[in-house]
Amino acid sequence: MVLDNLSLEVKKGEVVVIVGPSGCGKSTLLRCINGLEPIQSGSIETDGQAGMVFQSYELFPHLSVLKNMMLAPLKVQKREKKEVKKEAMELLKRVGLEEKADSYPQQLSGGQKQRVAIVRALILHPEILLFDEVTAALDPEMVREVLDVVLDLARQKRTMLVVTHEMQFARAVADRIVFIDEGKIIEEASSEEFFEHPKTDRAKRFLNVFRY
Amino acid sequence: MPDLGLDVLLKGNNFFRLLEGLLAAVKISMVSIALSIPFGVLLGITMTGKNILVRFLTKLYLEFIRIMPQLVLLFLVFFGSTRSLGWNLEGETAAVIVFVLWGTAEMGDLVRSALTSIPKHQYESSRALGLAKRQTYFYIILPQTLRRLLPLSINLVTRMVKTTSLVLMIGVVEVLKAGQQMIEANRMNSPNAAFGIYLVIFILYFLVCWPVSMAARRLEKKWG
Amino acid sequence: MDFAYMKNVLPLYEKAAVLTLRIGLEGIIFATFAGIVCAVILYEKVPVLRQLVMVYIEISRNTPLLVQLFFIYYGLPKAGIVLSAEICGAAGLAFLGGSYMAEAFRSGLENVAPLQRESAYSLGMGKLQTMRYVVGPQAVATSIPAFLANVIFLLKETSVFSAISLMDLMFTAKDLIGLYYKTTESLLLLVIFYLFILLPVSLTGAAVERRMKYAGSGS
Repeated sequence: MVLDNLSLEVKKGEVVVIVGPSGCGKSTLLRCINGLEPIQSGSIETDGQAGMVFQSYELFPHLSVLKNMMLAPLKVQKREKKEVKKEAMELLKRVGLEEKADSYPQQLSGGQKQRVAIVRALILHPEILLFDEVTAALDPEMVREVLDVVLDLARQKRTMLVVTHEMQFARAVADRIVFIDEGKIIEEASSEEFFEHPKTDRAKRFLNVFRY
Repeated sequence: MPDLGLDVLLKGNNFFRLLEGLLAAVKISMVSIALSIPFGVLLGITMTGKNILVRFLTKLYLEFIRIMPQLVLLFLVFFGSTRSLGWNLEGETAAVIVFVLWGTAEMGDLVRSALTSIPKHQYESSRALGLAKRQTYFYIILPQTLRRLLPLSINLVTRMVKTTSLVLMIGVVEVLKAGQQMIEANRMNSPNAAFGIYLVIFILYFLVCWPVSMAARRLEKKWG
Repeated sequence: MDFAYMKNVLPLYEKAAVLTLRIGLEGIIFATFAGIVCAVILYEKVPVLRQLVMVYIEISRNTPLLVQLFFIYYGLPKAGIVLSAEICGAAGLAFLGGSYMAEAFRSGLENVAPLQRESAYSLGMGKLQTMRYVVGPQAVATSIPAFLANVIFLLKETSVFSAISLMDLMFTAKDLIGLYYKTTESLLLLVIFYLFILLPVSLTGAAVERRMKYAGSGS
């Protein structure tokens, strides 16, 4: 999907949710920000590192949960092993998975895997967290546990950029909604305004699909 | 650059003799593959049968042929048959026997795995239409396996052509032997001939095998 | 069957088997190393080197080891490069095996989901770190069956070493047949010794494949 002349600013502590029909370029945007997709022109500025959580979790199957979390802090950030381990255990405790520290990814449920993926990104202390359809691959009964973690992060005033098709979740978590279609920003508004009084026809049509 | 023996190749009909040796090797592999295909199909069908003893024996045959180096098999047939069975096999005959034994095993296994990978309901629906067992094989199963088999059997051709280089060791005059004879004959006037001649043989083998490999790969992409 | 004869010549076979195994293992180690390097070059699409590796693979796979050995052992000295028979054997085996190993590891690397790599990049890891800690270990696991199949293939190929006058198992068998006319016994010992070398690797390979199939269907 091609993005065209798109400009977006996320303030510190803000939660921006990107919505739009499938194939509109939402995920491409996240991949550009994270440098996984090349950009032809323009620039991306972040104050620090971005942490990314994928739809398909992408835990490393050959490493235990704890090792998954500790790999990048140790090898990339060259941090102290003891301190990293302590933080990893604290984070796991916060998402209710401390007893899974020595399990391997294939022993976890989808919801558990995604929670591990989130704390694996958090442990790097990123300036901004990027969530790419983090609930799309989950069974309905596991969506809740992952969304709770994200809502909790929002309450802690984490800067986040979230791509999702869960409208209720978008509404609950977002400070601002950005509606994208065909690679362009069509509408940008506060969460309440977007859902109650969408301005453009395209946004209205898009929201109608979810209403009925 | 000192003389590296390329002149020897241009002398008389030397280059032609090398080609003749190569042809002998290619001929052995062609005859072997032509015989291996029908035998291999039979073996493959036999291996999917229900009789446990037959399955055990065919499996044993397959595994033994596969685990033994081809040169050991050549020795077994060439030396073994002469001394213990009293036959006096020519090198070429021994080579064809070994290559057919080997090719049949490889083909048989390819056919077996192709056959077992055809979904069971293909057999069942064919039987439900009233086709007999032999008709089922002939009209339904074999045509489907053929596409899968062809690229793999072409691969077997390259492997066979490469393996024919071994028949030198049981005294068949193939390309390496022809080269050796030339080097011997020109030991005095062209002492460095080994370099040029073995290099040319190297290139000749490549020129025979490479196009065949490419064809196999192309078919595999197209039909895989 | 002349068992006394067999017992007498047993030490000769043992010595030959040790030689076969030693050169075989040397060749396999170098082949593995070359294979890893080539596979990474192909996987990372390194320009120029990638083309060279592809040419090497085609040459190595489309020529017989025996012809490679003849050129290295008899041909190269005429151009001033003299190597001992043992080094020639190991070098030839490595030249042949490198391309087969490259293929095994390359397909192992390509079997690792591309998103795994991106996931590592997004954690800030560099190319080398990603290869070493994330993609590499996963690729090694999936390449093991193909790797073991190559080991068997290369060990079998060592049987041509006698052509460059290495006193390996084939050389010993042929020599003894010529000397004592005990064909059946000499050939039987030859088969037994090759089984002794190859069967363990083959059985390990089959066991690993079974286990991986099982593990693969479980996840």
